[in-house]
Amino acid sequence: MKPLAYARAGSVEEAAELYAAHPGARYLGGGTNLVDLMKLGVEEPSTLVDVSRLPLDTVEELPDGSVRIGATVRNSDLAAHPTVRDRYPALSQALLAGASGQLRNAATTGGNLLQRTRCPYFQDTDKPCNKRAPGSGCGALDGVHRDHAVLGHSPQCIATHPSDMAVALAALDAAVELHGADGPRTVPVAEFHRLPGDHPEQDTVIRPGELITGVVLPGATAGLPSLYRKARDRASYAFALASVAAVLDVEGGVVRQVGLAFGGVAHRPWRARLAEEALLGAAPTTAAFERAADLELAAARPLRDNGYKVRLARNLAVDALRRLAPPTST
Amino acid sequence: MADTGTALGAPAERREGRDKVTGSARYAAEQTDPGRAHAWPVVAGIARGTVRTVDAEAALALPGVLSVLTHENAPRLAPADDPTLSVLQDPRVPHRGWFVALVVGETLEAARAGAAAVRVAYDVEEHDVTLTDDHPEAYAPEEANGGFPARREQGDPEGAFASAEVRVDSHYRVPPLHNHPMEPHAATARWDGDRLVVHDSSQGATTVRATLASLFELSEDDVTVISEHVGGGFGSKGTPRPHVVLAVMAARETGRPVTVALPRRFLPAVVGHRAPTLHRLRLGATADGTLTSTLHEVTTHTSRIKEFVEQAAVPSRIMYAAPHRLSSHRVVPLDVPSPSWMRAPGEAPGMYVLESAMDELAVAAGLDPVELRILNEPDTEPDSGKPFSSRHLVDCLREGARRFDWAARDPRPGIRAEGPLLVGTGVASATYPVMASPAQAEAHATPDGGFVVRINATDIGTGARTVLAQVAADALGVPLDRVRTDIGNSDLPSAPLAGGSSGTASWGWAVHEACTRLASTLAEHSGPLPSEGLRAHADTAGTADADNPYARHAFGAHFAEVTVDTVTGEVRVRRLLGVYAAGHILNARTARSQFIGAMTMGLGMALTESSTMDAASGDFVERDLAAYHVPAHADVPDIEAHWIDEDDPHLNPMGSKGIGEIGIVGTAAAIGNAVHHATGVRHRELPLTPDRVLAGL
Repeated sequence: MKPLAYARAGSVEEAAELYAAHPGARYLGGGTNLVDLMKLGVEEPSTLVDVSRLPLDTVEELPDGSVRIGATVRNSDLAAHPTVRDRYPALSQALLAGASGQLRNAATTGGNLLQRTRCPYFQDTDKPCNKRAPGSGCGALDGVHRDHAVLGHSPQCIATHPSDMAVALAALDAAVELHGADGPRTVPVAEFHRLPGDHPEQDTVIRPGELITGVVLPGATAGLPSLYRKARDRASYAFALASVAAVLDVEGGVVRQVGLAFGGVAHRPWRARLAEEALLGAAPTTAAFERAADLELAAARPLRDNGYKVRLARNLAVDALRRLAPPTST
Repeated sequence: MADTGTALGAPAERREGRDKVTGSARYAAEQTDPGRAHAWPVVAGIARGTVRTVDAEAALALPGVLSVLTHENAPRLAPADDPTLSVLQDPRVPHRGWFVALVVGETLEAARAGAAAVRVAYDVEEHDVTLTDDHPEAYAPEEANGGFPARREQGDPEGAFASAEVRVDSHYRVPPLHNHPMEPHAATARWDGDRLVVHDSSQGATTVRATLASLFELSEDDVTVISEHVGGGFGSKGTPRPHVVLAVMAARETGRPVTVALPRRFLPAVVGHRAPTLHRLRLGATADGTLTSTLHEVTTHTSRIKEFVEQAAVPSRIMYAAPHRLSSHRVVPLDVPSPSWMRAPGEAPGMYVLESAMDELAVAAGLDPVELRILNEPDTEPDSGKPFSSRHLVDCLREGARRFDWAARDPRPGIRAEGPLLVGTGVASATYPVMASPAQAEAHATPDGGFVVRINATDIGTGARTVLAQVAADALGVPLDRVRTDIGNSDLPSAPLAGGSSGTASWGWAVHEACTRLASTLAEHSGPLPSEGLRAHADTAGTADADNPYARHAFGAHFAEVTVDTVTGEVRVRRLLGVYAAGHILNARTARSQFIGAMTMGLGMALTESSTMDAASGDFVERDLAAYHVPAHADVPDIEAHWIDEDDPHLNPMGSKGIGEIGIVGTAAAIGNAVHHATGVRHRELPLTPDRVLAGL
């Protein structure tokens, strides 16, 4: 049997020290993805540094109106939190659209952000995969890729990021709090995950040993109309074929603030900046929503068998924005 | 005894239910024999070729690794009737996922780590895993699965079709599907000297015993196979699968009890699948909808080592009264895993296509699809000309239509919008043959007033243990709680597998006969029973398998209501209703469970399930339950199963027809027809996932 060390960290500092002291270590949160990958031989950590019991398990409202979510808050607790439900409904909806009840009970906020793609070639050590084994090729590119990316992919990798939660966080302008050897830093969720480029093995901008300590939802999007909508093969327990998170604030007949992000279409939650720019200051009409979605999706490069995602993402975005717009405006 | 004779048909609770929900029921992988070791297979990473070398040195050096079996050192087996069981006998790799080594370890983890350390080198050959209609290697087999002639032609189907007033000519595709029972395949084997004892997750321990005795050249008396609890099979455990052979080999090699519990991701390649089927279906009819010609032509695949032909064209030999008929199968051997049985092999894909095409004909002829089916009801079985022992398809359609409020349906497609949703309803017929095989059973009256029925039946989650007690109680004229049923062990009187929807008929027949004899003996007996009690034995050979002048089938009708989301292309089922005519229903509770379980599997076939062959690797891509989408609870809506009690004297002493499979037959067609009614778009390839449906909107 492959020996494996296990250490439970009592503090963020201790977690970082344990990680540094054990080459090949991995942080363990809820384990819903990491442990699966260990069974598959995709992950072979020397040491698991258990961070699931760090004192990061609360949702706090901060004086500036923002909300800080501890990294070990469980997905089900976060989805049910009254503040989240009331002020950031898209986040609650996204969490509840993900995985299953049992998984949500175990999965943590930090772990959810760091989950790996469910690309079947990534999960099978007998198959080529540049993300798992750099330089081995991409089995999905000419293989089975109906579920894969249409935006921002590279010849090295066409995987999608599987999180629903992260898509809502991206649209809500949330930021990831990290703690590393150089101290704490903050990265916007929308910039936390990378595009694959020539280094698909790097999912995120996280540095070795850095630990997610929390996620901050800004006061600026609190209480705005928002929603998350996900299209999938079955009604529950399926990853998004495409999804959308939308935040829309209309005042005086024009869009004052908008956040739009797609899931299931790229290597990261796809923040639709072009669409947002087109909508800011515009009247919230169906035609405007369609134009904005088309503008964003003009960059799509669908593969042989996933062209449907472009239309699906467009439909989801237009539908979500229409639902959020005041009833008379569309 | 006033409360006797009422057990049959009652909704008796399943007897092992408490053991299962409390976890005390032990499955094959949970046999914690002292000294038990675990084995983990190494599977081929190529689709075609030969193993050049297996380097086990690194694996053997790992702590806890006991042994590495390969084709060079594994115990030699006698030739197998089923080539998929000839594991580790030669270096040939017939498909990806084929077993090339087995690592035995002190623990599961040691075995798994050992398997990861085994290095296999291959001589790789070009492979072909892609089924096409015009594949050059396609041939017409003699028979399809079930012993059916591969081709039947009556009258002049081509000519009658060409001259028909209304014609449907459609191509359909059903993808590969996998059974994926809740309990993956597992076995624990131990040798007690020359005696072999095996716990196997199997649908029939009698066949497993016979097969193992043959492969390892043992007397059947020296082999005991136990399948006490089985977490589903759906055909994939119908005959022995290679894991049980591996477990026995490993136990022999190491002298230890050994468990082989296949991880789910190995199942798609080694325990069978429903082969993909390409269909051309032509229906010719008069202007009033009377069928004149049906032509159902199927192309499917099989592996290089075993011919298995999904009998998907067979249902058109039974269903409708067209005077001119063709039904034929062609098969292409490819470098793919061996296909096998999956719930209603033949009927499930065949009736999806036939019943979808009937819906197309109804639209083309401007007829109500229920009435079209009734119009074409045959007097005798079309293919054989035999009279039906009973056939209440029309009653099922009428009763289902009544319950579903079909009369209120507007036939026009694509006109019912509820916001972004389009709503539609559909109907399809169902059929499944009545089968029974000989079985033996013993009934034992004990001096304490109890009764024990002994038979090697298997309860794969159906409630067999419970239903057989009901059959016994009824035949004995005693209360149900006085009867114990001992099943799931090959030392018991031998009996056939739980398969072909024939288990209850086959076992129940023998149980009924043994209990009837015991009742006679008891009636003649006076005074207290002797200390050993009284016994009676039955063997239905020659009876259960006797030729019968009747065509015997169960029939049913499925009705579905769906919504299609025009934003996403997502299809969701709102209502699913089945009405069945399947003889007498022997246990209302467990029967309902089987019906709605199979309907749910049909829902999965329609909307969510498929296995995708990766042409480059020769591997099925969906290898866990996150990727292979069996329906989740949220997919299963308002679902109802009803039945029409049939009094058919030509079946078996209980008057029952099989009920395990008919619920999946036609369900996918009813849902697909509802999608057409909702959208006006006819899809001819399953499953109806958002990508396909959205493309049609």
